[in-house]
Amino acid sequence: MVRVIDEDGEVVDGAEVPDLTDDEFVEMYRHMKLARRFDERAVSLQRQGRIGTYPPLSGQEGAQIGSAMALAEDDWMVPSYREHGAGLVRGLPLKQTLLYWMGHEQGNRIPEDANIFTVAVPIASQIPHATGMAWASQLRDEQDKAFLCYFGDGATSEGDFHEGLNFAGVFDTPNVFFCNNNQWAISVPRERQTASETLAQKATAYGFEGVQVDGMDPLAVYKVTKAAVEKAKDPDEGELRPTLIEAVQYRFGAHTTADDPSVYRDEEEVEKWRAKDPLPRMEKFLKRTDRLTDEDVEQMEADIEDDVADAIAAAEETPRPDPVEMFQNVYAEMPKRLEQQLEWFQSIRDEHGDEALLED
Amino acid sequence: MSENLTLVQAVRDGLRDEMAEDDDVLVMGEDVGKNGGVFRATEGLFDEFGGERVIDTPLAESGIIGTAVGMAAYGLKPVPEIQFSGFMYPGFDQIVSHMARLRTRSRGRYTCPMVLRAPMGGGIRAPEHHSESKEAFYVHEAGLKVAMPSTPHDAKGMLISAIRSPDPVIFLEPKKIYRAFREEVPDDTYEVPLGEAAVRSEGTDVSVFTWGAMTRPTIEAAENLDGDIDVEVVDLRTLSPLDIDTVVESFKKTGRAAIVHEAPQTAGVGAEITATIQEEALLYQEAPVERITGFDVPFPLAALEDYYLPEPERIESGIRDAFEF
Repeated sequence: MVRVIDEDGEVVDGAEVPDLTDDEFVEMYRHMKLARRFDERAVSLQRQGRIGTYPPLSGQEGAQIGSAMALAEDDWMVPSYREHGAGLVRGLPLKQTLLYWMGHEQGNRIPEDANIFTVAVPIASQIPHATGMAWASQLRDEQDKAFLCYFGDGATSEGDFHEGLNFAGVFDTPNVFFCNNNQWAISVPRERQTASETLAQKATAYGFEGVQVDGMDPLAVYKVTKAAVEKAKDPDEGELRPTLIEAVQYRFGAHTTADDPSVYRDEEEVEKWRAKDPLPRMEKFLKRTDRLTDEDVEQMEADIEDDVADAIAAAEETPRPDPVEMFQNVYAEMPKRLEQQLEWFQSIRDEHGDEALLED
Repeated sequence: MSENLTLVQAVRDGLRDEMAEDDDVLVMGEDVGKNGGVFRATEGLFDEFGGERVIDTPLAESGIIGTAVGMAAYGLKPVPEIQFSGFMYPGFDQIVSHMARLRTRSRGRYTCPMVLRAPMGGGIRAPEHHSESKEAFYVHEAGLKVAMPSTPHDAKGMLISAIRSPDPVIFLEPKKIYRAFREEVPDDTYEVPLGEAAVRSEGTDVSVFTWGAMTRPTIEAAENLDGDIDVEVVDLRTLSPLDIDTVVESFKKTGRAAIVHEAPQTAGVGAEITATIQEEALLYQEAPVERITGFDVPFPLAALEDYYLPEPERIESGIRDAFEF
């Protein structure tokens, strides 16, 4: 398993620290802290009934931020539904993420200048999309784009995982498959997903490289992802472009706010993994290497608090979408039957008023 | 200029024309390359356009449809083939969760202009799972268009429209009539718009609504009844969106309707047409709508498929029931 820094932020023996500027190191940490704070606030908002069901990411910041920062601007990211931190790095505002989980379709509309694919909920179903996008890029003779696809350990049990990776191997597409092995698929442990010793070794079946990395070590994740992205664009002779990365990590909270992890896992296990928390680890590394001071951290925390509060305020101030939006974007060319349903619906609104149609 | 083509040849002609016209169009699927497709719908395309545009894929329906969704989102116009519509189910999640919904889910940021082709329906003595007629599954799914041609001329023109459509299309080809007859098909590129039914024969007594392979036995039944009952045969051609105007206009003229489809009766597209008639033209109605359909059973093996599929005698009886009520 690839590691760069240990739990105390010390560089492990023989490891090479990635070639980032001081600002980039600090930026990485800032993104991680912002993702963590956002996550805490989002869970709290759900508990207060201010957003709907939400999938927390705490514990996975190292994997999300480390990998997303390894992408070049023109590369693509194909997320599952938990990559709020990675999305942030790639240009998806927190407000959008909040809106989506508040039930606004607009939250799922990716800004034009961000190469992020829309969130996918059915497990592993985004993997063939990532392969298809990378394949299309290749058919168009683009040599300069990699396609990073995120999924969890549970996804490796699905047919779409196999089919997506199999196609990628056969057609040698510029893909990086990034498995966030957070140990639990809702309540079912990783051991119940596969008898394979590692998830990374599954890559062997598709003819390309698999790498296991400490997913709570952002520098190791960055390094491994960067190498995979570069290989996707420019492989060595006889080497296939795709890579399967298994980032070994832990989600500290629930799968979503709808489940209670204390039912299926021991607190001892959680504590064991908390010792590997990517945030203090990165902070120690940065302080030890004189890239960060206590004052910097304080200032950073204050800024983050403001950023998150602003995003929440902006999301909550967003009015309920016009219900006409339900009917829009279903087809480019709206069928007559749908037009009729829309007209009928408008007449009901006119007759009763929107207030009467809404639950309290 | 035109050529006398079978339906499957017309499909190939449409694919070839669009591939020549638009570099973004590509064909993919199992055996579509060198082998030219198990029904030869892609014959010759591999030699003409090469392996990057006529792609033999691994045997994996979800992989074929799912990667095509990604390609379409990235700006290509993939036309994946599933070898038999009875094998679409492993890719069903990709169809309904992604192909149909990408535009909605991304609020138009990403779209999915792809055409999923598959030979469908019974009547060729095929093995189990090779004869399904489940168009209703796809009609039920918002975001998709569903087309089923019944003639070579329509097959080419509708396929070209489908490839040019900004919306994803399920293009079902009735394999019973792949080679059953020939028709003059223009060499040139032309469109038969999706969403428009065709009145195959005009009549004043009973409207019969049908599509796909059932169109020909329905026309035959109408001819057999000629002199007793003046039947109007309407071939719907596109099942989603449904050409409500033509259905209602025909029904208002006759006041009586029969619907012929080979899919099982319950919750079939016939039920939707019946409901449409009730909603739009109740006061014109002279008789209950007759449904002459497949039965609510799994499609039988070859020895019994003739009993399952509506044929002219059964269709005649249904039309007579509608007329004599």
